[in-house]
Amino acid sequence: MSATITTQPRSVAILRATSGGRRTWFDRVMRSLALLAAIACVIPLGAVLFFVTVRGIAAVNLDLLTKPARALGVGGGALSAILGTLQMVPLAALLAVPLGVLAGVYIHEYGSARSARAIRFAADVLVGVPSILIGIFVFTFLVLPFRQYNAFAGSVALAVIMAPVIMRTTEEVLKLVPGTLREASLALGVPRWRTTLAIVVRTALPGILTGIMLAVARAAGETAPLLFTALGSRLVNFGDFGKPMDALPMFIYVNARQPYELQNDQAWGAAFLLLVVVLTVNILVRLRSTRRRTP
Amino acid sequence: MRRPDPMLVETPSAPADEAAASTSSGAADPAMAPSESAPSPGSEHGAATEPSSGRLDIANLNVYYGTFRAIIDITLTIRPHAITAIIGPSGCGKSTFLRSLNRMHEVIPDARVEGSIKLDGIDVYDPAVDPVQLRRVVGMVFQRPNPFPTMSIYDNVVAGLRLTGRHRAAELDEVVERSLVRAALWDEVKDKLRSNGTSLSGGQQQRLCIARALAVNPEVILMDEPASALDPVATLRIEELMAELRKNYTIVIVTHNMQQASRISDQTAFFTMGDDRAGYLVEMDDTIQIFTNPRNQLTEDYVSGRFG
Repeated sequence: MSATITTQPRSVAILRATSGGRRTWFDRVMRSLALLAAIACVIPLGAVLFFVTVRGIAAVNLDLLTKPARALGVGGGALSAILGTLQMVPLAALLAVPLGVLAGVYIHEYGSARSARAIRFAADVLVGVPSILIGIFVFTFLVLPFRQYNAFAGSVALAVIMAPVIMRTTEEVLKLVPGTLREASLALGVPRWRTTLAIVVRTALPGILTGIMLAVARAAGETAPLLFTALGSRLVNFGDFGKPMDALPMFIYVNARQPYELQNDQAWGAAFLLLVVVLTVNILVRLRSTRRRTP
Repeated sequence: MRRPDPMLVETPSAPADEAAASTSSGAADPAMAPSESAPSPGSEHGAATEPSSGRLDIANLNVYYGTFRAIIDITLTIRPHAITAIIGPSGCGKSTFLRSLNRMHEVIPDARVEGSIKLDGIDVYDPAVDPVQLRRVVGMVFQRPNPFPTMSIYDNVVAGLRLTGRHRAAELDEVVERSLVRAALWDEVKDKLRSNGTSLSGGQQQRLCIARALAVNPEVILMDEPASALDPVATLRIEELMAELRKNYTIVIVTHNMQQASRISDQTAFFTMGDDRAGYLVEMDDTIQIFTNPRNQLTEDYVSGRFG
């Protein structure tokens, strides 16, 4: 009984011995650094939101929304740019959505593993290509031959950017559709194409729409692909896709570089409009996809 | 235990189809004889206006996935308007066999079949037979209830008709009621046909899937462990339903549950697998024979719970 002090259990000896001074200290330092890095990543978003909102709201007025641009900083607004974005982005979506959705359906439902991998890789590369290169590419095909900058080329360039995004999200959500639904339909004697359309794509539709909305938001914010294609214009172009057309990002780009304060303000106002549109779409999409996890 | 081939080469499609089948196989296989006297293995005898259909003759069936042979040389006959249970340990090819009957295994790339499967005398693997048409005659119910999540109860039931374009709008209501009544679900859902199919309980969903299969008016219904994802009460309801459906349909059920096989089936096939993991038929007989007096030691070991 008196020998209990000398023979303490091995675990107690280990627990008492390592107070872990150096390790604990190192852990704290690294953890703080990681936290700082995380904060640093969020700062730009906060700063952009803050400045664009503060300076933008002040610049948003009836003129900005209803008047076409004028030179030399004497009044005018962003009407041509607003209308341009409202025309070019929908046309781009019209071109890219069928392409992207069908391609996504193909690689998930029909393609062999090999061709699917090749197409998927190509799409991923295309997503990563700097968007100005896509602008130049479309420029050589749809601008140079006609010796005319035109809005159609702008839409095509935006569509080239949207299509692979839509294709990949379509494929991803199709993966979430349980194979048992496909089997259930085939076992009812429903032909393959009908099964794909009425059961698989139908079930994945909310997810596909999400992908389309994200692609639209991205296209709405692109500047580089439009510089060589739609060019931008002070004139209000309504419906003539054979002529240059303005868009909000280009309006910001042009007006922010002008020496006139009014035009700088208009750029801030346009930036605010663009931010609201893109953020609204993004937030709506996130809300929807968190509410409904499974398609 | 191979069945004689000659009878499989040509199948009589006379009204006496079933009797002919039993006697001809019985001649080669005495154990089949008692089935003749077994209580009503299907078809209401009086209503023989047309030949009882839904008979499957499988001869020397081999199923491959790529180079792997999943099923070796299976020969057996599935009687019309009876319940045939397929039992055996996991991985012995029961589901593969079942899926080969309506060519659902073709959904898997590289799957192929040798041998013949005749449905009422017609080889279902004949190039002239369209697998899509075949599946309208040979329906299927899966292990997990899989109602279409985007559709209401009503739409689920008529999905097969709508998506195959074989319906008149006026008859859909009638089809829905008839199918749900037959699937013993009508009373529970008749007031909420427009609500989503996935809002039902698991057992109800499975009966909805059965109603969906019935709506396209098949002759044969394949069931791949239809109750294994359900609780005992729901399982009992499915079993009662199957006993009812037997009057009008040929039913083939794969089950892991031997009590279930012995309770509900008229005949039972026992599959197992060899060292190369390929499944084969050990024996097939009337269910009572398989469970009380099997001829093969492997069967006896399995049904008595000594392995598997």
